[in-house]
Amino acid sequence: MKTATAGPIREAPTASKRRTYFEEGGQTLASWLLTTDHKRIGLLYLFSILFYFAIAAVAAALMRLELITPSGDMVTSDSYNKLFTIHGTLMVWFFLIPSIPAVLGNFVIPMMLGARDVAFPKLNLLSWYLFNLGGLLATYAVAFGGVDTGWTFYTPYSSTYSNSHVITMAAGIFIAGFGTILTGLNFIITIHKLRAPGLTWFRLPLFIWSLYATSVIMVLATPVLAITLALMALERIWGVGVFDPKLGGDPVLFQHLFWFYSHPAVYIMILPGMGVISEVVTCFSRKPIFGYHFVGGASVAIAILGFLVWGHHMFVSSQSIYAGLVFSLLSYLVAVPSAIKVFNWTMTLYRGSISLATPMLYALGFIGLFTIGGLTGLFLAALGLDVHVTDTYFIVAHFHYIMVGGMVTAFMGGLHYWWPKITGRLYPEKLGQLAALIMYIGFNLTFFPQFVVGYLGMPRRYHAYAPEFQIYNVLSSAGASILGAGYLLPLIYFIWSIKHGKKAPPNPWNATGLEWQTPSPPPKHNFEHVPVVDQAPYQYSPEAAEEMVHG
Amino acid sequence: MNFPILPTAASKVAQQTDALYWGLIILSLVIILIVFCPIIFFLFKYRAGKPADRRPVHLPEMTIEITWTLIPMFIMICYYAWGAKQYFVIERPPPGAMEINVVGKQWMWKIQHPEGNREINELHVPVGRIVKFTMTSQDVIHSFFLPEFRIKQDVVPGRYTTEWFKAERIGVYHLFCSEFCGTFHSGMTGRVVVMSPAEYESWLLKGEPGSTMSESGERLYRELGCSGCHSGSSIVRAPPLEGLFNKPVPLADGTVVTADEAYLRDSILFPAKQIVGGYTNDMPSFQGRISEEELLQLIAYLKSVANAAPGLRNSLEGSP
Amino acid sequence: MAEAHGALAEQFEELPQQQEASMLGMWTFLATEILFFGGLFMSYIAYRSIYSQAFAEASKHTIVLFGTINTAILLTSSLTMVLAVHSIQENNVKWTIRHLLLTISLACAFLVLKGFEYRQDLHENLWPGPHFKTGLPPQAQIFWFLYWAMTGLHALHVTVGIAVLSVMAFLAGRGKFSATYYNPIDVTALYWHFVDIVWIFLYPLLYLINRSS
Repeated sequence: MKTATAGPIREAPTASKRRTYFEEGGQTLASWLLTTDHKRIGLLYLFSILFYFAIAAVAAALMRLELITPSGDMVTSDSYNKLFTIHGTLMVWFFLIPSIPAVLGNFVIPMMLGARDVAFPKLNLLSWYLFNLGGLLATYAVAFGGVDTGWTFYTPYSSTYSNSHVITMAAGIFIAGFGTILTGLNFIITIHKLRAPGLTWFRLPLFIWSLYATSVIMVLATPVLAITLALMALERIWGVGVFDPKLGGDPVLFQHLFWFYSHPAVYIMILPGMGVISEVVTCFSRKPIFGYHFVGGASVAIAILGFLVWGHHMFVSSQSIYAGLVFSLLSYLVAVPSAIKVFNWTMTLYRGSISLATPMLYALGFIGLFTIGGLTGLFLAALGLDVHVTDTYFIVAHFHYIMVGGMVTAFMGGLHYWWPKITGRLYPEKLGQLAALIMYIGFNLTFFPQFVVGYLGMPRRYHAYAPEFQIYNVLSSAGASILGAGYLLPLIYFIWSIKHGKKAPPNPWNATGLEWQTPSPPPKHNFEHVPVVDQAPYQYSPEAAEEMVHG
Repeated sequence: MNFPILPTAASKVAQQTDALYWGLIILSLVIILIVFCPIIFFLFKYRAGKPADRRPVHLPEMTIEITWTLIPMFIMICYYAWGAKQYFVIERPPPGAMEINVVGKQWMWKIQHPEGNREINELHVPVGRIVKFTMTSQDVIHSFFLPEFRIKQDVVPGRYTTEWFKAERIGVYHLFCSEFCGTFHSGMTGRVVVMSPAEYESWLLKGEPGSTMSESGERLYRELGCSGCHSGSSIVRAPPLEGLFNKPVPLADGTVVTADEAYLRDSILFPAKQIVGGYTNDMPSFQGRISEEELLQLIAYLKSVANAAPGLRNSLEGSP
Repeated sequence: MAEAHGALAEQFEELPQQQEASMLGMWTFLATEILFFGGLFMSYIAYRSIYSQAFAEASKHTIVLFGTINTAILLTSSLTMVLAVHSIQENNVKWTIRHLLLTISLACAFLVLKGFEYRQDLHENLWPGPHFKTGLPPQAQIFWFLYWAMTGLHALHVTVGIAVLSVMAFLAGRGKFSATYYNPIDVTALYWHFVDIVWIFLYPLLYLINRSS
């Protein structure tokens, strides 16, 4: 067995008689649409989220085209407002939140635990249908006139003034939210109850810890979003005054309820990415993680603290300044566990045997971009500074660094890492490395100028802007086209690899972890016999790896 | 090609905010160096295939973890304190401010000076003077953003919010709405014109306002019938309003509130919400009969009599 | 035993593991329900604290007789639910079904009374909007909106509960449950008790503000 250096070494032996989960369980469309196999469900989610990602990406492209010039000359103001709303709602709820958990989590978690499936496979399928039912409503809202409230649906604009398909979109998000809740519930029970013998909590891979923390947030925060959207929709239908000041209601109450969910939601979006990074950094430096307990504990700390900081979205919303003081302090504290993770990943590289395969390039990119995005979070937590930069492009840049530079990068890394296991094929390694580089350059060019133009004062959600902001908008739009290419390339070669990629061996990366103890792709039931675990995770040895390389 | 990094700093507060900004940038650069340099160094030194000492080394893991938890925590608290201090400066107007009213509506800013001058999407102020805004919205939430002064405050329907600044440089600056408010959100912009005190005075006179804010308010006080109940000689018992502004008010349920702008506005629009102790719930609501600007003018009038002695009362004062 | 093994789903190794997983699953689901109702409770608390007078006046128009009888009905249904679980633990399928049917009847009685109460409320124009009952302070509409939203959401949960209980009774009739395997009934009981507890909170908040005066 040789160590992975720049890519997997050999092809799998021709074992064409072996049945994989693609054959077992039926090969008709119905067998896929009625499957309860977590692996098939993971793939179903992958197709679904790509569909919504495509719509949202087109919206982004149109926005960046419009923003090349200061005047609103490409689309009308109403259309622009609909574009950024569509982009935000679809990206957050129909791409980012499901991405790693519903695609990679569904596929990998049972296998990492040595289980045959999740705890409630039928509920898993129901999650996917709820997700797509919600997505259908959202797509309807997009296609038949759009929504123009922004993904944040602030009242009273959304509840009383907007003339767009607010209720349809809210209903879509509501229903999809129940899919998320069921997925989170499924993961929690699976992790508690379906671990293989010997797989104690502190022997779990950190991907599991991250997804466990994510699932707890999913389960506790999403219901609050559901009721908030329901209240807003009922206000819109019956005009009862919950958020209408003319009837004694409080529009800022909506913001409290909305952000109580939406702040933890951003941790739903980043924690799984961090989990992927822990898996990839250890594998490609051939070293156990430095500080296992602290990295796992940091996930839990982020989940808990994440529920306590929602008011930092409301420093200028007429919230009391004393509330602001509390939320600012807690926001500074929630930065600490994230920093701990970055330090631990860095120390994992020390005295390792590091190879720069595509997953590792994405992981390193994540660490760089997430660090920058996280540091700009410190700017926002500073009360006095947030007054100036809130609601400007500084915020837009901050969250895109975390969500795109962080989460999407981690998703790409995870997809490349587990692709051989999922499809039984290898993607072309050199193209993978090239795409990662293109993405990295394009990303920074797109979003770094937005920090500058935000501090200069360019507000967000502006369709036309003051002329002195133009240079940064041009740079940003140029970067966006490069970023687009960086995402398009993997789409092409992944599809190509399904038929033409080299066949993958069971463990092309020589990784630890139970999921690699199965063939690629695995059979429907994952394991012939339930494996027994007797050691800590990440039992890599850099010295042994070096011997492999040289000897 | 011009690559501005900072907007003009047109006030001391702006300079202080910029200092905080640079402080955070320096912190960020330090952390980036601390993180990126070792990573890049390790990537080279421990590249697979490159000879190096990779023997497992027993590091004091707990000590390291606690150290790099506590030191960042301490640094976080320092920046927190700095940011909080700046926030108090921004949110608390100093005394002696010139009070300007702002009403936001889709999609324009309506501004009124105490002398009565009105503006739309423009704000003329004298340099070196503290200006305090009392703001509300007629419809949805907007936000009054002055980037060169580094201040911003949401303008919320149904309540008053305040913001203040003191311009130190003559010039023309941006005014942006920075809370998404519908179709022409990006068009809800304007100019802040900071002038010398002499120019400001002549600008005020040129505007030829018919009456000052509080004079308009006094006229409304009579025209809407407020004086009918609230002046000392009326038959109906209503609390006197002279000398009321910013004083404590005991309510019927035993609590005590302060008669600030919000209280006065609610009393006019939702009189049943808080009944003054010793009075009954007889006041009609003026909701729909008075605009936001008129409310602000009434309040300006009540502020102008804040130091007057309470008017003559009925002899039946006290318990009902 | 063959029956017991037939009840074991393939992702589980043993029955106790499956049973623990379903219970943990229902507890987790109930946690989400607490947060779901929690948003409404938070809104109620926020508005009641600033409009306490209006809320007190608005609450006087709830029909406390209906509310009290319904509370008694729901509490009794929790008792019959406990008895159903107890019966199946004793392998007494006949009485399990009877107690389930009793629970269903009580739940239906709850909904019927709620229906009459809603009819009366509508008759008195207590539906928020332009035709709301005159003579009440405007913020009473916020109370009444929350009344309809909270009791409506609760009634929806009761309805779902009736459906699930019916399925349980049907399956029990088919011999699916025994003292060794009765997970679904256990888990249903947990859900039903939660529905009861939510009502225990709703009742005083909606019906009993300031009834003494």
